[in-house]
Amino acid sequence: MSTANQTIIKLADLQKIAPFALSDEERHAIEHEMTHYEDARAAVIEALKIVQKNYGWVPDGAIAEIGKVLGIPATDVEGVATFYNLIFRRPVGRHVIKVCDSISCFLTGYDEVKAAFSKTLGVGLGETTKDGRFTLLPICCLGACDKGPVLMIDDDTHFDVAPDQVGKLLEQYR
Amino acid sequence: MSAPTLTGDKQPLTYRINLAQPLDLKSYEAQDGYAAVRKALKDLTPADVTKTVKESNLRGRGGAGFPTGVKWGLVPMGADAPKNKYLVCNADEMEPGTFKDRLLMEGVPHQMIESMIVGGYAIQANRGYIFLRGEYILAAERLNKALAEARAAGYLGKNILGSGWNYDVFVHTGAGRYICGEETALINSLEGRRANPRSKPPFPQIAGLWGKPTVVNNVETLCNLPHILTRGAEWFLGLSQGKSKDAGTKLYGISGRAKRTGVWELPMGTTAREILEERGGGMKDGLNLKCWLPGGASTDFLMPSHLDLAMDYDTIAKAGSRMGTGLLTVVDDKQNIISVVRNLEDFFARESCGWCTPCRDGLPWTYKLLCALEAGNGCTGDIEQLEQMTRFLGPGKTYCAHAPGAMEPLQSALKYFRSEFEAGIAKSAPQVAA
Repeated sequence: MSTANQTIIKLADLQKIAPFALSDEERHAIEHEMTHYEDARAAVIEALKIVQKNYGWVPDGAIAEIGKVLGIPATDVEGVATFYNLIFRRPVGRHVIKVCDSISCFLTGYDEVKAAFSKTLGVGLGETTKDGRFTLLPICCLGACDKGPVLMIDDDTHFDVAPDQVGKLLEQYR
Repeated sequence: MSAPTLTGDKQPLTYRINLAQPLDLKSYEAQDGYAAVRKALKDLTPADVTKTVKESNLRGRGGAGFPTGVKWGLVPMGADAPKNKYLVCNADEMEPGTFKDRLLMEGVPHQMIESMIVGGYAIQANRGYIFLRGEYILAAERLNKALAEARAAGYLGKNILGSGWNYDVFVHTGAGRYICGEETALINSLEGRRANPRSKPPFPQIAGLWGKPTVVNNVETLCNLPHILTRGAEWFLGLSQGKSKDAGTKLYGISGRAKRTGVWELPMGTTAREILEERGGGMKDGLNLKCWLPGGASTDFLMPSHLDLAMDYDTIAKAGSRMGTGLLTVVDDKQNIISVVRNLEDFFARESCGWCTPCRDGLPWTYKLLCALEAGNGCTGDIEQLEQMTRFLGPGKTYCAHAPGAMEPLQSALKYFRSEFEAGIAKSAPQVAA
C-alpha cells in the first residue's frame, strides 16, 4: 500500500513539472470569442485553436486553464479536444500534412500520393518525422474534388497533386 | 467552345462569382447586391418573406430536400415568441464528393451574408452563425471581410435600415469531423460540445441552439433567397424550365476520372447524361463509366443505364438512390467495386461519433469484412453478413442518418455487383459456424 501511495502524482506536482499559463494575449482572444455566444462554453473550440496556434498542439496544462476562463470543467474541455481531429493533443511536427483520402481523391490517385509522402518522409499516417519537421495525417474530403488528389500543408491547400511533385512540394516547408 | 456568359436571370447563384477577387461591397451593390435586404426590410413583413419562399418551392440543397419555407414555418413568431432565435448556416461541407458551397463562399461572399440577413429576417432571428468547416481558411477570411463591410454599411447591427430589427452574424469555424454536418450534431458542436446528434423531437425550430428556436439551412439553399425575393417565386419556379417539378437551378458537378471536372449551375432536373457528357465531356480516354454516386458518399450507386434520369429529388429517389448534394462522383471500369466501397466505409467508420452502438461497432465491422473480401480472403457468409448490416444499420436503428447513409453505397454495390463480392470469398473459405 505504501509503495502505491508514493507513486501517486498530485495535480499540483504535475503543474510544477509542466507549468502552463495562458498569455494575456491568448486570454483576451478567448474572452473576445466568448462575446459571440449566449453561453461562454461555445468558445471552447476557438480557445483550443488559439492555444494550438502558438504551441502547435494543446499541452495538458492548457486544458484546465481554458476551462477556468470559460467557467467549465477541464473534463469537458478535454472531451471536446479529443473529439475533433483538427485539435492535436499530442505534439506534432512543425508542419502538418493532411492528405484527403475520401472517394474522389481515392479515384484519382490518393494511394500513390500517400505512398510518395510516406516514402519521402519515412513515416506512416499519424507519425512525425524524426527531425520534427512534418506530421502526416489523413483527412476527409476537402471540398475540392474536381481537383483531386487534394491535400493541405498547414493552412495551404494543394490541388491536382502528382506523386512526383511531392519532394518539390515539401521543399517549400522548412 | 467558349464559356457562355452567365446572367442573373439564368444563373443567379454563380453569375457574380469571381474566385480571384470577389466583389467588394460597392461592386456587389452595383450588381443588385443587398437589394433583397432593402426590399425585405422596407416593403415586406417576415411572414411575406416566408410566404414567398413557400410559393417558390425552394427545397433544401444540403441533401435532404426538405421545403425551406415549411421548415421556417415551424418557428414560433410574434410577441410571445422567445426573444432569442437563431439562423445557422450549415457550411460544414464535408460530404465526400461535394465541392459546391466552397465555391459560393469563396467566389461571392457577400451573397452569403445577404442571404443570412434575409433568412434571419424571415424568422426574426437576433443572431446568425455560419458554421464553417475549419479547413475552409480562404472562405473564412473572405466571409469575415464581407461581414465587416456589411456591418459598417448598416446591413447588420442595431435597427437595420430603420426597421427596428437588431441582428448580427458571426462566422464560427469548426475543428473537423463529418458528423458536424448533421443538423443536431452541428448545434451541439456550436454550443462547444462533442458533436453527438440529439434525438428529435423536439425539432431545432422549437428548441435548438441553447434551447432556443433555431433554423439550420445549407449554404446553397440560403444563397437562393435574395434572388427569390427580388425576382419573385414565379421566376424561380420557371428556372427549372419544365425539366423537373422542383424549382430553381442546382449546382451540379463531376469528380472522378471524367475529361472535365467542375461545378455548373444548371436548371433543376438536368439529366445526369447532360452533366457528364456535355459538361464533363464524358469519361477520360480509355475508361468507361462503371457506376456513379449521384450526390455524395451517402447516396446509393446508380448505373450507366440511369444516366438519362433527371437529377432532382423525386426522380433519383424513384431509381433507388438520393440526389443528395447533386455532385456526381463517377467510378470508372478500372476500379474494383469492393475497393471503392471499402474506401467509403473506412470513411464512415472513422467519422462515426460513437454515440450509438449500431454505428460505432457496425461500421468498423463492415469495413473489416470488406478488407477481407478485397484481399480475396472473405469467408463463406460474409456477403450475407454485409446484407444484414444494411438492415441493422439502416433507417430507424440509429440516432441520426450517419449509419443509414453509410449503408446506401454498400447495399447498392451488393445489388449491382454481387459477382465481384462473390469473387472475394477465399477459395479455401472455411465454413462459418451456424
